[in-house]
This record gives sequence, structure tokens and C-alpha cells, in this order.
Amino acid sequence: MAKPADVNDTSWDDDVLQADKPVLVDFWAPWCGPCRMVAPIVEELADEYAGKVEFRKLNTDDNPRTAAKYGIRSIPTLLVFKQGEAVGQIIGFRPKSDLKKRLDEALA
Amino acid sequence: MAIKEYDIVIIGAGPAGLAAGLYAARSMRKTLLIEKNITGGQIALTASIENYPGIDEINGFDLGQTMQQQAEKYGMETAYCTVDSIEPQEGRHVVHTNDGDFVAKAVIITAGADYNRLQVPGEERLTGYGVSYCATCDAAFFKDMEVAVVGGGDAAMDEGLFVTRYASKVTVIHRRDELRASAVLQERAFANPKMVFQWNTVVESIEGDKAVESVHLKNVVTGEESDMPLSAVFIFVGQTPNSSFLDGLVKLDAGRHVIVNDWMETNVPGIFAAGDIRNNAARQVITSAGDGATAAIRADHYINDLPA
Repeated sequence: MAKPADVNDTSWDDDVLQADKPVLVDFWAPWCGPCRMVAPIVEELADEYAGKVEFRKLNTDDNPRTAAKYGIRSIPTLLVFKQGEAVGQIIGFRPKSDLKKRLDEALA
Repeated sequence: MAIKEYDIVIIGAGPAGLAAGLYAARSMRKTLLIEKNITGGQIALTASIENYPGIDEINGFDLGQTMQQQAEKYGMETAYCTVDSIEPQEGRHVVHTNDGDFVAKAVIITAGADYNRLQVPGEERLTGYGVSYCATCDAAFFKDMEVAVVGGGDAAMDEGLFVTRYASKVTVIHRRDELRASAVLQERAFANPKMVFQWNTVVESIEGDKAVESVHLKNVVTGEESDMPLSAVFIFVGQTPNSSFLDGLVKLDAGRHVIVNDWMETNVPGIFAAGDIRNNAARQVITSAGDGATAAIRADHYINDLPA
């Protein structure tokens, strides 16, 4: 299964904002139970959207600058970026069918 | 889609459902546990559980995961979908979900309860932007900021104390002049220098443009209104049973809890209820797990007595 690669405050611009393809970023932290429920679903999505969307995850404990820049106040939060713009936001744990729908809407 | 048949279908993967699953699977019953959201239920959001006998302290999410793995070791299956209704049919029960139908000889309802909203202006709009129902999820984003906790029960104190690890000040806003929380939590809360108490007060609205900036408060005794600037509002004002899918099926009490007897039997043969969704529940991990075990043992007997 495709594990989303880590992105951090330093690599954010290159890996997310400058990416050719749309990017989904999973904002998480090790102490967050619901984040650990979302992670395997995000991995499944990474497989299903392989080639169409890039998947990244950002540890909010280690990268407070990026978390603050996007006003993250609750995790898990998934943000979808297209050409450097945040075009979709999903806050809190959601079942996979919900995530797919919201991701498809953001990509449309 | 082929209809899948089970001996026992359990609805809801909190401590009651997970314990029921463990007992049902160990009785060699073909068992399915259905969960719509997160394994563990309410405890999945609890930072620390200190009152489950035999376990000194454990993170609630980890306890839920451990319970699930333990039951699956004995053959319990888990499905993640939402139950729409249960339909008794020729001595069996059809469980309709958004992912197809399951047929069971016995059904154990452990759907638990969901937290109440305050239902004030700004609450829904600012959820995830400073309005939170899960301190363990969100408290870390409010380091050195001033926040409020609304409520006076165990959950409010427990979560409020957790928030003090990060926030500079935690104001407990409570509509009465005393707490309902257990003595040990009250003692800890009163002793914590970061916690202050605003008695006889209700939140009238939550204000802020893109994130929470303040709450508008009203003193219920004097009628005096005020504004309190803060960065987050953590809301713990009780819970409502998740029983809406049971209307017309089993008897509910005035608070919409499922009415059961000492064996967790509802008024419909073959349908059981356990944990926070039942009437007179003590709403603890240990009592919910006990309920679940009782229901599974009784469901096993019930299936034994079914005509072949």
C-alpha cells in the first residue's frame, strides 16, 4: 500500500505548492486517535488515486508554522491543493465514501 | 449483493459492542460488528482512562483497538457502514445498511450516544475553527491561549484538565453553581491554578470571523450579559442516545434510551441493547463492557432455544 510521504515546513513549497498534480495533505499528530483511524483510509485513497493525486502527510507537532499558516485548529484535517491553492478542506474523521466524495468535488 | 448471514450482529463498536463481540465470538457464534465511524466510540477521543479495573491508565483509542483485536482473534468480523433500520423477518432480523443487508438470528444494539451541541449561533460555523467537542484532538492548537470549557460533568472536567496542559487559562462555564463531576475530578479541577469557574452562566453565542474570537455569555441568576475573549470553546454538555433508527422497532424511554430488562433484552425477542444506549446505564467503560457481555451471553442462550 502506498504510504503518503512526509512533508514539512521546509519542503512545503516544493512538495505541495509547486506540485504539478493536485496534492492531498493529511494534517495529523501522534497523540490524535481519530488521525490514526484516518491514516489507513488515506493510504487506500493514495492507491486508488495513484497517478492523479499526490498524497502527503504533515505532523502538526513538528511543523507548527505550516499548520498555523492554514489555520489548522482541529485534526485530522485533510487539505486538497491545486496549483498551490487550497481547493478543499475536510475536518474530522469521515468514512471513506465521504472522503472520496469530498475529494472528487475538490478535484472537479 | 448476496445477503450475508450471521448468528449475531452487533451495532456499534464502543466498549459495549466490543465486549459483546468478544463474548459472542468466544461462544463460537458467527459474529459481525458494525461500526459507522471510529472503533472505540466515545473513548476513542478520551486521552486517559484510569478507572478500568486491572489497567492503571490507558489511552482510550488504544483500549478500543486492543478490544477489537482481542475479539477478532476469536473470529469476530468488523464492517464499517451505517445501519438504516432493523427489520424482524420470519424469526430472523434483517439489518439494512448503506453497504447492503445482513441477516442475524440475534441483534445486539450498542450504538451508544452522541455529544449534545449547545445549539447557539456561531457554533456550527466555527466547528473545527475553535469550537471543539474533542479536547484530546484539538487542545494542542491552543498553546498559551485562553479557552473555555462548557459543562460541569465528568467529561467537562476531564477534558478541561487535559486542556490545561496547553492553554494558559481554562474557564469552566457552567449553568449551575456546582459541578456534577465525580469528587476526584472536582478536587483536581479546583486545585488546578489554570482553571477558573464562571458559575450560573450560559453561552448565548460564539463569535468570530474565521476562527473563534469570543463568546457572549449570560448569567442565568442576574440576567447580566458579557463578552469573554478567547480562542477556543470546548463543549461537553451531555449526550443523546443514537436511537433514531430504532423508532417503531423497540420501546424507548422518554430520554430515547432503549428499555431493557436485567438480561439486556428489549421488548422484541432476539433484539438486545447494551451500554450508553440503554435505560439506566451507568455510562462507564466497565459497565458498558459488562452490559455487552451480558447481552452476548443471553443472545447465545436465545439462539440455542430457537427452533432448528
